[in-house]
Amino acid sequence: MVNVTLPPALLPLFPGCPGRHSVRAASVGEAIEALDAAWPGLRDRLCESPDRLRRHIRAFVDGEPAGLATALPEGAELFLMTAISGG
Amino acid sequence: MPARVLVLLGTRKGAFILESTPDRRDWRLRGPFCETWPINHVIGDPRTGTIYAGGGNAWFGPAVWQSSDLGDSWTHSSDGLRAVEEETPVAAVWSLALQGDTLLAGVEPAGLFRSADGGQSWTHVAGLRDHPSRSQWNPGAGGLIAHHILAHPRDAAQLWVAISAAGVFHTADGGRSWTPRNQGTRCDYNPPEARYPEFGQCVHSIAMAAGQPDRLYQQNHCGMYRSGDGGLEWQSMEAGLPSTFGFPVVAHPHDPDTVYLFPLNGDIAGRFVPEGRAAVWRSRDGGAHWQDLREGLPQRDAYFGVLRQAMAADPLDRVGIYAGTNTGILYASSDEGAQWRPIAQHLPPIHSVETMVLPA
Repeated sequence: MVNVTLPPALLPLFPGCPGRHSVRAASVGEAIEALDAAWPGLRDRLCESPDRLRRHIRAFVDGEPAGLATALPEGAELFLMTAISGG
Repeated sequence: MPARVLVLLGTRKGAFILESTPDRRDWRLRGPFCETWPINHVIGDPRTGTIYAGGGNAWFGPAVWQSSDLGDSWTHSSDGLRAVEEETPVAAVWSLALQGDTLLAGVEPAGLFRSADGGQSWTHVAGLRDHPSRSQWNPGAGGLIAHHILAHPRDAAQLWVAISAAGVFHTADGGRSWTPRNQGTRCDYNPPEARYPEFGQCVHSIAMAAGQPDRLYQQNHCGMYRSGDGGLEWQSMEAGLPSTFGFPVVAHPHDPDTVYLFPLNGDIAGRFVPEGRAAVWRSRDGGAHWQDLREGLPQRDAYFGVLRQAMAADPLDRVGIYAGTNTGILYASSDEGAQWRPIAQHLPPIHSVETMVLPA
């Protein structure tokens, strides 16, 4: 299992969705797929294509910058965060 | 018997809804909706009361939001709002239209999608993006955006789309093939020998005359136009107006000869109301003559504009006209434009205005 923390700005788009999840996934992409199964549409909010996060979404695995293909070791901490943008 | 008059606003910080009764005297404002996303267009389906809002968020991408309870609750989807993987991702939805039960969405970068399930899922209308001129389309100041969609009221195969700054395109086969319809519209920003190209015009707004699908009106970056043949040829109707520049054009919902504009002082002069004095301009004869309508609008020190989708009419017998400014004021007239007053102030910049009237 890995732990996933979602960006606070994402949560109001999926009423009832917790900010922190434990999922079974071997990569960042698989973790997002697992969350999308429970919260349909969540993947589209975070990914602009099957192999790419949206431009202003950042992923960190155990503190290191990551992409969708980045592997998740057992017990990993995945943070999905909104970049500093907006206005 | 109409009982609820709604004005639907898309703003830089969410959607808003104003509601009144047919007398349109007192208005109640609700919002912001859609989690304060930038919302570019909000439309309502008076047959069902469903509201659709299109926009895009810098973090979370494009979406069409839906509400079936007049704004109390919303869902959102961008399932299928994706063109070709190697191309620039869809950034935002810019325009919405209903053609029967089909919901259409124009997006940035310029493209068109359709939904047969009320916006839950989307299919790319690839014919528009695949037009041979596509590689030569250039963005306007607002981006390369498909900002207006006109659906033929009787022929489901016909659509017009306005793209900044590629011009007007028309399909007669349900979106498989498209042809530019810009003949007669100017590009003042081109060299003299290239002022009237086949495409590349900076169209700002198009509107269809009531009951006459071949009669179109256009506000362009460079002039105001009308067409009597569905856009095959356009004729200037800017004589008598204070400038050739503005953003919205609104067709009267009952009288095909009546049309409204909101001219600004020019594209390099600040894009404000001329001389700091606001006026909506109305023609009752298809653009041959114009009258400025100023009563109730500020007549000094006004430095705002009205964006391309931010003026609308309601369909009541005595038509209401609404103009939302890029400084967050919504001006309204309940007598066809004769008298105006602000019915909402201090809003975010207003991107779009539409109306929906529901029965009792």
